[in-house]
Amino acid sequence: MSEQNESTSGLSRRKLIGAAGIGALAVGAGGGYAVGRQGDESPAGVADPDAKPIPFEGAHQAGIVTPAQDRLYFVALDMTSEERADLISLLKDWTEAARQMTQGNDVGKFGAVSGSPFAPPEDTGEALGLPPSGLTITVGFGRGLFVDAKGKARFGLDGKLPDKLKQLPAFSGDQLDPAISDGDLAIQACANDPQVAVHAVRNLVRIAFGRASVRYSQMGFGRTSSTSSAQVTARNMLGFKDGTANIKVEDKKDVQDFVWVPKEDGPDWLVGGSYLVSRKINMRIEIWDREPLEGQENIIGRAKGSGGPLSGGDEFAKLDFTQKNDRGAPVIDKKSHVRLAHPDFNHGAKLLRRGYNFVDGSDGLGQLSAGLFFIAYQRDPEKQFVQVQRSLAGSQNDLLNEYIVHVSSGLFACPPGVGRKGFWGEGLFT
Amino acid sequence: MKPLATLGVLTIAALSLTACADDPKSSSGGLTVEATDSKCSVSQTDLKAGPSTFKVTNKGSKVTEFYVYADGDRIMGEVENVGPGLTRNLVVDLPKGSYEGACKPGMVGDGIRQKLTVTGEAAKKLSDSQELKAAATSYERYVNSQTVALIAKTDEFVTAVKDGDVTEAKKLYPIARTYWERIEPVAEKFGDLDPLTDGREADAKAEKRDFTGWHRIEKQLWVDNNTEGMAPYADDLLTNVKKIVALGKDAPLTALELAQGSKGLLDEVATSKITGEEDEFSHTDLWDFKANIEGSEAAIAALRPVLEKQDPALVKELDAKFKALDDDLDQYQDDNGDWTFYDKLTKAQVKRLSDLVAAVSEPISRVAAVVAESA
Repeated sequence: MSEQNESTSGLSRRKLIGAAGIGALAVGAGGGYAVGRQGDESPAGVADPDAKPIPFEGAHQAGIVTPAQDRLYFVALDMTSEERADLISLLKDWTEAARQMTQGNDVGKFGAVSGSPFAPPEDTGEALGLPPSGLTITVGFGRGLFVDAKGKARFGLDGKLPDKLKQLPAFSGDQLDPAISDGDLAIQACANDPQVAVHAVRNLVRIAFGRASVRYSQMGFGRTSSTSSAQVTARNMLGFKDGTANIKVEDKKDVQDFVWVPKEDGPDWLVGGSYLVSRKINMRIEIWDREPLEGQENIIGRAKGSGGPLSGGDEFAKLDFTQKNDRGAPVIDKKSHVRLAHPDFNHGAKLLRRGYNFVDGSDGLGQLSAGLFFIAYQRDPEKQFVQVQRSLAGSQNDLLNEYIVHVSSGLFACPPGVGRKGFWGEGLFT
Repeated sequence: MKPLATLGVLTIAALSLTACADDPKSSSGGLTVEATDSKCSVSQTDLKAGPSTFKVTNKGSKVTEFYVYADGDRIMGEVENVGPGLTRNLVVDLPKGSYEGACKPGMVGDGIRQKLTVTGEAAKKLSDSQELKAAATSYERYVNSQTVALIAKTDEFVTAVKDGDVTEAKKLYPIARTYWERIEPVAEKFGDLDPLTDGREADAKAEKRDFTGWHRIEKQLWVDNNTEGMAPYADDLLTNVKKIVALGKDAPLTALELAQGSKGLLDEVATSKITGEEDEFSHTDLWDFKANIEGSEAAIAALRPVLEKQDPALVKELDAKFKALDDDLDQYQDDNGDWTFYDKLTKAQVKRLSDLVAAVSEPISRVAAVVAESA
């Protein structure tokens, strides 16, 4: 537990948030990253890290290799209009609103409180006075945006559907609910303050009325993956460190090889973009909690405290899959989660994971409706997510499957970033 | 009527400012404020009345904020949390007068102040009150036509109930209510009569009063399939409906109320029709649903000349969204004019209606401001 003790800064900064009047803080796993905001207790002159916005413009969309923020609000929408002009205007309006909100500003010309008293405010107002809080807004396009159920092109997007944007295959053990799967459009809003993330999604949804409507949404907390080596590895709801071996921003080669769609892959409009896979994974929390420590560690393949592999060493030690115990069995079980998901057994496949824990209240029987909202970015879903998930899925594979069930699934093509002008997905319409 | 211009403030992104420049309401755009730890320089201190945009750049080392104060340090606008090296915008609407701009490095103290003088008058819109009056009169005619039918049909319904003719009463219930639902904003003006005529059982219980009105009789007809004990309720209903009609005639809606009413009718649809809770016993919600929409369309029709002049794009949008909603609703009406019972709709069909109502509700929520602006 040494890592946790070292990260003492987490608590005091969180207290600051509370002092500033934002209630309801679930304590995220890990900590040790800055989530403060300017409050009375902060000495003047110390710049608040959350006051500095994350740049919106760039070659890639923010929110992918951006060091994972503490909170997530994910929403998938379906187009309710079939007009190409409506899709274009929606993407333009969203881009402008995202430019404003990510920089800590209100939506619209007059925002929340200086418009006409007879008109509803352009901005809903709940983020007034809050710093940008590391807000990033990332959009993705589902297969359904390009073709209808019969394969006919929508919005005049003939020939624009990327070959790789297929329906994900069915995996053994899946219990997918179509009502919380797929969607024409996805928005991932991440911030260190949940109110800021909710404000962003709420305003984007409002802007979309008449053009698109919400299919499902999911809130998440306690980022379960570190996407920068400057971040402490966080814990998932199983209590284990998650994302130790994740792709890190600092590893330029991994990011290049595994995250961004390169020119040779195409299509042109998606170059510099990435594929987002979302999976809502329910956990049988109470059953898991009754499993002995040794059993839990064997299922995962890592020590619960340090996060180090069962073959020895600290969290970042190399996994030794050949090491045997005194009974002659591999120390890291052949069906352990860490082994089956490891690049060595998946043709070298790596993912940029960016998932979040969730708790959707209780299930009516007094059990937690909780789990992991898994998000991963990649250059090629078939070679990356699908490869790894095929290794994991099924009752004969990952030992963890007894405790988890995938209930929603989505695959979205996230276009590249935008510059000072331009809008998300502009390349689709040229 | 209240002037449109409001004293308010907000921060907006630099990007929208270019769009602001050609907005007639922007009097002073492009003002810059350079804030350091010891200085506060505003690029221009003589301003024109109306909204001014201050682009506040923090060139100091401390987090700062920028205020605009009127006499007695009354805050006209503020932008907080401007970190070192950052720029945030403040739009503040200033009438003629003297003000002070203040930077507060470290976000403490009285700040470093600079005097600001605002002269001139904010641009005013032409008075269109003649047109607004015409709109109100036109809607009054609509209300009158509906109230005549409302009283006649309620009378027929009441008679059927008192005659114990369950079949006829069930047939007349949604039809009489159609006229009621079309002019609901009129009824809702009279706060004490509305719950007596159109209140729900749960509310009556909570407010410890007898459950009366439309829905009391609805329950008897559909749950008990008879009219036992309903005569006094039926008489009361007719009396109260007549009262509301008479009161409505004495106090016709103003154009602004009319605009708010057009939105109110859609809010009715979104909150109590979409959920199927209005006619929880009879499931005749789609009669009411359609009537609310028609009432809203009638209000917009009365305002149309004003809206066409002030915001033709909005009228176009409203027309298109109303049409999409009407087209979708049509599939639920048969050749006799009867509507599908609400409990027969699938979840997907309800979602589609909900989306279409939301689509028209957004533009309609902007109508009142356009009407207010033209006064």
